[in-house]
Amino acid sequence: MRGISFTLGKERLGIVGESGSGKSMTGRAALRLIRPPGMIEADRLEMHGEDILHAPEKRMRQLRGGRVSMIMQDPKFSLNPVMTVGQQMVEALHAHGKYSRNEARQRALAMLDEVAIRDPERVYGLYPHEVSGGMGQRIMIAMMLLPNPEILIADEPTSALDVSVQLQVLDIMDKLVRERGMGLIFISHDLNLVAKFCDRIVIMYAGRIVETCAAGELKNAKHPYTVGLLNSVPDLENPRERLEVLKRDPAWIETPSVSARV
Amino acid sequence: MTAIAIEDLNVWFGSPGHRSYAVKDVSFKVEDGESFGLVGESGSGKSTILRAMAGLVPTWSGRMIVAGETLGKTRSKSFYRKVQMVFQDPYASLHPRHTVDQVLSEAMRLHGVENVDQRIVNLLNDVGLGTGFRFRYPHQMSGGQRQRVAIARALAPEPSILLLDEPTSALDVSVQAEILNLLVDLRAEHRLTYLMVSHDLGVVGHLCGRIAVMQEGRFVETLGVNEMRKLQAKADYTKHLLESSINSVR
Amino acid sequence: MSGAAAWREWLLSDEPTSRRQARLSSWYKGWLTFRSNTLAMLGLVVLVFLILAAIFAPLLATDDPFAQDLGNRLLAPGEQGHFFGTDSLGRDIYSRILYGARISIYIVLLVAMVAPIVGLIMGTVAGYAGGWIDVILMRITDIFLAFPRLVLALAFVAALGAGIENAVLAISLTAWPPYARIARAETLTIRNSDFIHAIRLQGAGPVRIVTKHIWPLCISSLIIRVTLDMAGIILTAAGLGFLGLGAQPPSPEWGAMISEGRKYILDYWWVATIPGIAIFAISLAFNLLGDGLRDVLDPKESQS
Repeated sequence: MRGISFTLGKERLGIVGESGSGKSMTGRAALRLIRPPGMIEADRLEMHGEDILHAPEKRMRQLRGGRVSMIMQDPKFSLNPVMTVGQQMVEALHAHGKYSRNEARQRALAMLDEVAIRDPERVYGLYPHEVSGGMGQRIMIAMMLLPNPEILIADEPTSALDVSVQLQVLDIMDKLVRERGMGLIFISHDLNLVAKFCDRIVIMYAGRIVETCAAGELKNAKHPYTVGLLNSVPDLENPRERLEVLKRDPAWIETPSVSARV
Repeated sequence: MTAIAIEDLNVWFGSPGHRSYAVKDVSFKVEDGESFGLVGESGSGKSTILRAMAGLVPTWSGRMIVAGETLGKTRSKSFYRKVQMVFQDPYASLHPRHTVDQVLSEAMRLHGVENVDQRIVNLLNDVGLGTGFRFRYPHQMSGGQRQRVAIARALAPEPSILLLDEPTSALDVSVQAEILNLLVDLRAEHRLTYLMVSHDLGVVGHLCGRIAVMQEGRFVETLGVNEMRKLQAKADYTKHLLESSINSVR
Repeated sequence: MSGAAAWREWLLSDEPTSRRQARLSSWYKGWLTFRSNTLAMLGLVVLVFLILAAIFAPLLATDDPFAQDLGNRLLAPGEQGHFFGTDSLGRDIYSRILYGARISIYIVLLVAMVAPIVGLIMGTVAGYAGGWIDVILMRITDIFLAFPRLVLALAFVAALGAGIENAVLAISLTAWPPYARIARAETLTIRNSDFIHAIRLQGAGPVRIVTKHIWPLCISSLIIRVTLDMAGIILTAAGLGFLGLGAQPPSPEWGAMISEGRKYILDYWWVATIPGIAIFAISLAFNLLGDGLRDVLDPKESQS
């Protein structure tokens, strides 16, 4: 990543890029989840004015999950396979506050209900491999939103799901983020999906931001990479003989990042 | 001429008494030169049909006549000269310790193709890779390049039918566009018949003329691509799939 | 100077132009990775040193390893030109260590050639064929796995007489089963890969698939396992020698030397300790080498 600048308010920010663009790494860097030999250097890395760049690890642990949560792509890999759903959710709660066992359980069940899981009591006792992909992702959302964070970072939350399930999960995320007034960073490779779901979009390429715009303005995008991405997706309703092939201009790597600060 | 004729195909897994059917009572025909798409969500059985045709799944019943040959439990060498398959994951479909040259020359030697060296150069050009790639190992190539090698391997015996199992789902959108263009070009150039599996209706719409929608192992509906574009589906499930795709696209 | 630099560039090229270049390039890059691991290089250096010592023993030895000199028994290291002193029969320990290196390396080579290869064949055939072939081969493996090495060695000695060859035979027969298990486990995973399906679709038969596609992938884990096992094998041979089941006196096998030096360990520590250090050195060298090899041979798999 090079020279990335952006701000996030009570809004939905979409970060779009292909593999290797640095989009996932941006999400992780915001939470300082980069392991050595990776290093984070920044002029500023702040949350609500608090400096996160130099905060001690203990403070970071309080922030992670407590004020900023992250959902990842495949619940098969992000849920602990040897703990039941209920155990994991309760563990997430206990990390950020003192709750009695019963209280924690009740909260977890209530949260499962909020993500439209029909039989929360039964699902509470299941293991991750016993639930479907869509359900697993909803459990992940429930688990991450339990401690009431203010910001949610979603890293390709629907890419591993079937198309019909995707919409359901997105609806739930939409509802919860709106109801709780949270900020959302939505990381994805799917430009059109992000355009539909988010308020602002940032397009990344080779570790840099090449363009930023409001979601509604995407069709007027100017940077050739963005335009190329938009045109290379085969559209069901508008067939074309040949799909446009993206010509990667080496100049894109030389141009510094565009700032996405509001 | 019918390239592929499938009648009452059932494919199952598991021991007798505990059978789980992946494909149930599927019948369809694909004509020479046609491009036929199998669409469905994960678990719908679409990839299983391809694998059963390729001889990778032994537990099936029904009738399959492919490239003029009635298929039995095993496949003959001549079958593999006429029918080839391209797999989904470019990171898993090439042997990690074999160079591109080894992959292609082995395929050709197994089929008794002569003039191997020249053919390798031709194949690499056909799939848009220069000869500079000839001696590379898979880890020295990107996903799109590996998939091109996989396509080259499939073209080595000069088949007439290509089975494509989600050939672009593991690729970035911009790379997918290149591979889709390549597949369109190759089909025209070599007059191939395609049977393609995908969960992406946009991709299927681009490459195929007729589409079958599958759900839980069964065919729900077969429709032409024009009907699909106009969202004229008869079955509810198809309509639901089409709407989900449109919504998630633009 | 420029010749070497040109070679290097040729080997590191991203676009090899021949099969030979591709293979050499791959080896060279592996070597560079290995070289960056200091401990592994240390292991390699020690090993090379010991192998050279074994090969050039006649040139490097100061005395005949079998020559007894009862007048000069149990001399301390450094006395009268004996670098490591003399043992209870006045034989020069330094020379005996050098010739003993030959025996240790002989044992290692023999076992390393037999056990992993037998294990590879059994494991890959069982894993690929499946069904009752798998069951039979694995039960045979289990039977051999159940034999405790020393007990089997005792049995061999009782039946065939003591000697280094019989000890090596006993070790080999009990060393191959773990390799079979590893190879089978790897084969089961590899068997379902798309590249295996793809080559089946080109009409490849099981022999070609197992030898040309599965073996190359199993070999790395086997090599790593072999080098790490070498330490154990040397120790086992030394143990057998110690018990008098392996190399027979007056053979300068390191384990037998430790056994002979046991009685004098309190007052004449060097007689048992120096061969002990030699065994330690070669075991450690193999361990470090195996570690370094694992770093070289494994990461490529996870590099996609």
